[in-house]
Amino acid sequence: MKDGVNGVALAVFIFFFVAVTVIGFMAARWRKAENEASLDEWGLGGRSFGTWVTWFLLGGDLYTAYTFVAVPAAIYAAGAAGFFAVPYTILVYPLIFTFLPRLWSVSHKHGYVTTSDFVRGRFGSKGLSLAVALTGILATMPYIALQLVGIQAVLDVMGVGGGETTHWFVKDLPLLIAFAVLAAYTYSSGLRAPALIAFVKDGLIYLVIAVAIIYIPIKLGGFDDIFAKAGEAFSQTNEATGKPRGALVPGEMGQWGYATLALGSALALFMYPHSITATLSSRSREVIRRNTTILPLYSLMLGLLALLGFMAIAAGIKVDNGQLAIPQLFENMFPDWFAGVAFAAIGIGALVPAAIMSIAAANLFTRNIYKDFLKPDATPAQETKVSKLVSLLVKVGALAFVLTMDKTVAINFQLLGGIWILQTMPALVGGLFTRWFHRWALIAGWAVGMVYGTVAAYGVASPTQKHFGGSSKEIPGIGEIGYIGLTAFVLNVVVVVVLTFVLNAVKAPAGVDETSPSDYTADAGDPGVTVELPPATAGAPGGH
Amino acid sequence: MSEDTDAKPPAVTPARVVIALCLVAPFVAMLWVSSYAKVEPTFIGIPFFYWYQMLWVLVSTALTMVAYKLWQRDQRARKGGASA
Repeated sequence: MKDGVNGVALAVFIFFFVAVTVIGFMAARWRKAENEASLDEWGLGGRSFGTWVTWFLLGGDLYTAYTFVAVPAAIYAAGAAGFFAVPYTILVYPLIFTFLPRLWSVSHKHGYVTTSDFVRGRFGSKGLSLAVALTGILATMPYIALQLVGIQAVLDVMGVGGGETTHWFVKDLPLLIAFAVLAAYTYSSGLRAPALIAFVKDGLIYLVIAVAIIYIPIKLGGFDDIFAKAGEAFSQTNEATGKPRGALVPGEMGQWGYATLALGSALALFMYPHSITATLSSRSREVIRRNTTILPLYSLMLGLLALLGFMAIAAGIKVDNGQLAIPQLFENMFPDWFAGVAFAAIGIGALVPAAIMSIAAANLFTRNIYKDFLKPDATPAQETKVSKLVSLLVKVGALAFVLTMDKTVAINFQLLGGIWILQTMPALVGGLFTRWFHRWALIAGWAVGMVYGTVAAYGVASPTQKHFGGSSKEIPGIGEIGYIGLTAFVLNVVVVVVLTFVLNAVKAPAGVDETSPSDYTADAGDPGVTVELPPATAGAPGGH
Repeated sequence: MSEDTDAKPPAVTPARVVIALCLVAPFVAMLWVSSYAKVEPTFIGIPFFYWYQMLWVLVSTALTMVAYKLWQRDQRARKGGASA
């Protein structure tokens, strides 16, 4: 790292930060509806977003600052294995296309705000709904914490993070300010704030990637040179493991791991509360399907971004903390002012998902813990108030997490979070297509998956960590190395199926299903499904 | 699992089979890692492994678009009937 503060970059960074802060607060007045006090308004933006807003919101939500820092960092560290993010995001869209419109329809019909709302309505089980809600909150918290790690990486490279010797308060002050501001406008504007800021974020990100992918290879002598140097670097022996550092293509040993990680991550992504929140805020089911045809643009961007990891190697970037590789590459390669733009892109890229995630976690708490268990007669106004407060608490918790604990703890938990959230899939996606699964079987399957996943991940050692050293392990019975989350998920499904047979045979009470088959295909405009706001964005609902 | 298509059809039509194939194809292509885990042929210096997967971003987008259009047409034809 260079010494001292990069003044120009910092000034540009602050400029963009102030700009999005203003936008964040003004968002409260954007397309405002009459019924302000309802959770639909604050927590789902009035369920009114059209194709483009949804696109930016989902893109801003799924491709987080941590992604931008971590994916190239993984490539920088080990090569091919880190590229799994690309097939992963390719596989996400056929999945969305298949099941999310059904979730949208049933949620609109019954006013569900969270996935747990749906699970409770479908299976008549508060216990199952609580399991889904707790899993969602647990999985989201470390994810928010990791957004902070993304901001910290940028601040460090700009020289305002301070060194190890700086007083902790001075060191963390910029981060505290950033988060206080974020918390304030999320509180006042709800989901509308990240939706508007996402436009700025993605504009900046696309600009930075487009420039980086052309400008840096030219400076480094073309992709031939870049990959030649990277290949050389990967073939060097790593002192800690005694094996080569990485590879340009996955060897035979790594292929199962690569495929299962891509598939497992793809299945998990839309179990996360924040992805569901962004989806339910869209105006119609057509908006969702249409989005699956334009969202892959982000996957392309992610692929290009991943290639920056190779460029960091070729440019001779040497950092102890892989997370700093890409910010450092920007600092070394770009003129100061454009480095500032790039840092702003990453920094704002952290704010959007952090806002959506805290809203999603808050909604889960309010709907499925507060209303279901603590205060069943809560009015919509009370729900909104609780949600707003919890969104603050969640952020403070994430902040405390990052400031008091080692970064690796947040990363470990995020890894666990992915494994955990996948275990809610049988109840949620299964429930969207069939009522055959028994609610108790689903709870049992969830518990088995959670326990297996946690224990298995705990047992993975790496050269630097005794536990939680990775997310892959030998798959029992197959003998290949595979993603733990997917193995746990398969176990989970097996338990659910077997127990459902048993419970149905002994006629265990199945619970009341408040949904009907036609609910899953209802679209905006159908009886009982209202459109809150007149369409205000491009693209009229198609298919009619 | 992921091979589900929306089509829980009252009738399996050719269009719906095509929709299903469009949605399943990316899974086959991407999970079959050994089919693309190689360096050659390179494209402007980028190993096959990387450009092939990025190419699949475009291919799968095109496939999803086809599925979307066919689905719209299917739904329009069945308007009034319940299916999704």
